[in-house]
Amino acid sequence: MSGFLDWVEERIPLMKTYNKHVGQYPAPKNFNFWYYFGSLAMLVLVNQLLTGFWLTMNYVPTAEGAFASIEYIMRDVEYGWLLRYMHSSGASAFFIVVYLHMTRALLYGSYKKPRELLWIFGVIIFLVLMAEAFMGYLLPWGQMSYWGAQVIISLFGAIPIIGDDLTLWIRGDYVVSGVTLTRFFALHVAVLPLVICLLVFLHIVALHEVGSNNPDGVDIKQNKDENGWPVDAIRFHPYYTVKDLVGVAGFLFLFCYVIFFAPEGGGYFLEKPNFEAANPLKTPEHIAPVWYFTAFYAMLRAVPDKLGGVIVMFGAILILFFLPWIDRCQVKSIRYRHWYHKLNLAQFGVSFVILSILGALPATSLTTIMSQLFTLLYFAFFMALWWYSPIEKTKPVPERVIYK
Amino acid sequence: MNKFTFLLWLLLPWNVLAASVAAPFQVELDLNDHASLERGLKVFMENCSGCHGMQYQRYNRVAEDLGITPEDMENKYVFTDVKIGEHMNSAMPQTDSAIWFGAPPPDLTMVARVRGNDWIYSYLKSFYVDPLRPLGVNNRLLHNVAMPHVLQRFQGKPLPVRDDKGHVIGTEAIGGELTDEEYDQMIKDLTGFLAYSAEPIQTTRKRIGVWVLFYVAILFVLAVFLKREYWKDVQ
Repeated sequence: MSGFLDWVEERIPLMKTYNKHVGQYPAPKNFNFWYYFGSLAMLVLVNQLLTGFWLTMNYVPTAEGAFASIEYIMRDVEYGWLLRYMHSSGASAFFIVVYLHMTRALLYGSYKKPRELLWIFGVIIFLVLMAEAFMGYLLPWGQMSYWGAQVIISLFGAIPIIGDDLTLWIRGDYVVSGVTLTRFFALHVAVLPLVICLLVFLHIVALHEVGSNNPDGVDIKQNKDENGWPVDAIRFHPYYTVKDLVGVAGFLFLFCYVIFFAPEGGGYFLEKPNFEAANPLKTPEHIAPVWYFTAFYAMLRAVPDKLGGVIVMFGAILILFFLPWIDRCQVKSIRYRHWYHKLNLAQFGVSFVILSILGALPATSLTTIMSQLFTLLYFAFFMALWWYSPIEKTKPVPERVIYK
Repeated sequence: MNKFTFLLWLLLPWNVLAASVAAPFQVELDLNDHASLERGLKVFMENCSGCHGMQYQRYNRVAEDLGITPEDMENKYVFTDVKIGEHMNSAMPQTDSAIWFGAPPPDLTMVARVRGNDWIYSYLKSFYVDPLRPLGVNNRLLHNVAMPHVLQRFQGKPLPVRDDKGHVIGTEAIGGELTDEEYDQMIKDLTGFLAYSAEPIQTTRKRIGVWVLFYVAILFVLAVFLKREYWKDVQ
């Protein structure tokens, strides 16, 4: 056996790669609760890929057959309902996990030097994930699939000069139609999953090149023993593989609860109007995007001008790319930063949650004013951070990580 | 786990915000009560299926889930000449019904998932006599509905009860074949059957779900002990 492995190793760096990324990867020993969500995001990605492959075997990507094929999967395919619920709940789980994963980066300054590129790959994954989820949502060809797509695609029409041609190019038709469905299907099941897998690969390579941050924001590579091993590090395997198993089991408990007892997620994971087949002649009373887009939708509606709204909405994501340079504070972890940074970060989180709620509600004058206020607060986080971070009074950062 | 549970919990109160058209009557259903579901099937086939189809549901699936023998299903409930493995389509051509009623009667396979159980139950209790409408009835929940009150024979003539301003606030049925309680039970059975049809797997998935959660809980406990064992030497 070892002879065979040596034979392989001489031809491809199998064990070398395993040791670099798992077996001998030095991970800080003080990871806390927030550090579960990276591995959980991988788990959900695998879940989406596998259930997605099987759904593809029975799904019919045509305007005539799509809706009926979903019900065929739900009723006639053995355990088709399970695959479908794992996939639809998995989409929401993906965003919950990714939002928490991003929150971790904000809390402990994981986006800061030398991890800027790691952060940028992460934001690109988030963007592509949004495109993937949006296109996947059209596939059941229900009322909300259809009208949600109609509304979102029309946003591109607000872009001056090329807007109309651009929307036509995206849809392949003058309205959302079977042509749009087939191209979204192709992108959803082939192109974007490949892009996401590639980006996740780059994200992990970038992480393992610079090393993991930790809740104290201490650079563990500053303190190495005589063998060059960081004294505050432990091997990823078995320490973090067994620890992540705890996270996986905890996550699976909640995830399976949703799949088996609340697959509609209170009408937020699967929206009620989507159990009615798409009807281009009948607009639903209230069109709302799925919950993971509603914060951005609220920002869009907050601005009276359509183009302005589109700019604000995309700006809210684009500004994330610049975060490593907006935050100019030398201290990474929130544990050693000033109370006004904690307050600023807390208001940012609260604003995002409130915007998410507002975006799910029908627009009234009250929700519009509130959306405007919290959109301002969302951007105020970055502006305030840029202003105070170079002159922030921080607490002394310890030499070593704090463990127990 | 507290933080994660808390963060997920943050998502839950949103349910309250999602309430669509408020249904005035609430209904408690037991989808494991096969006798009730079969009575609902009978009501559906005899009173609804003439106009409304269930294009995604098959006769034999219903028979299997409700514990009806294929022979009973074919003799009692299949009124057209289709095979038992086929979908429960309406015999009425959609183009004709669109002309007769102004709109084609909607397919009812998943009406319970679109509208909710309370809505269906309330809708069937909310017809009232309105001479201004072409079919002589209106509905409090779905104003100016195109559908006739098909179950009027059972409920009786639902005379509107109005407040001072003339708004219909309730109905009082007279001359029906059933008492109020019997009618309520009839539409409860029907609502149950529609709730079942919207997602035939729902009772099974909950039954499996209990075992899945049981298994995952054990996995969680074992994982916690395994982690502790491995982490003993981390100082």
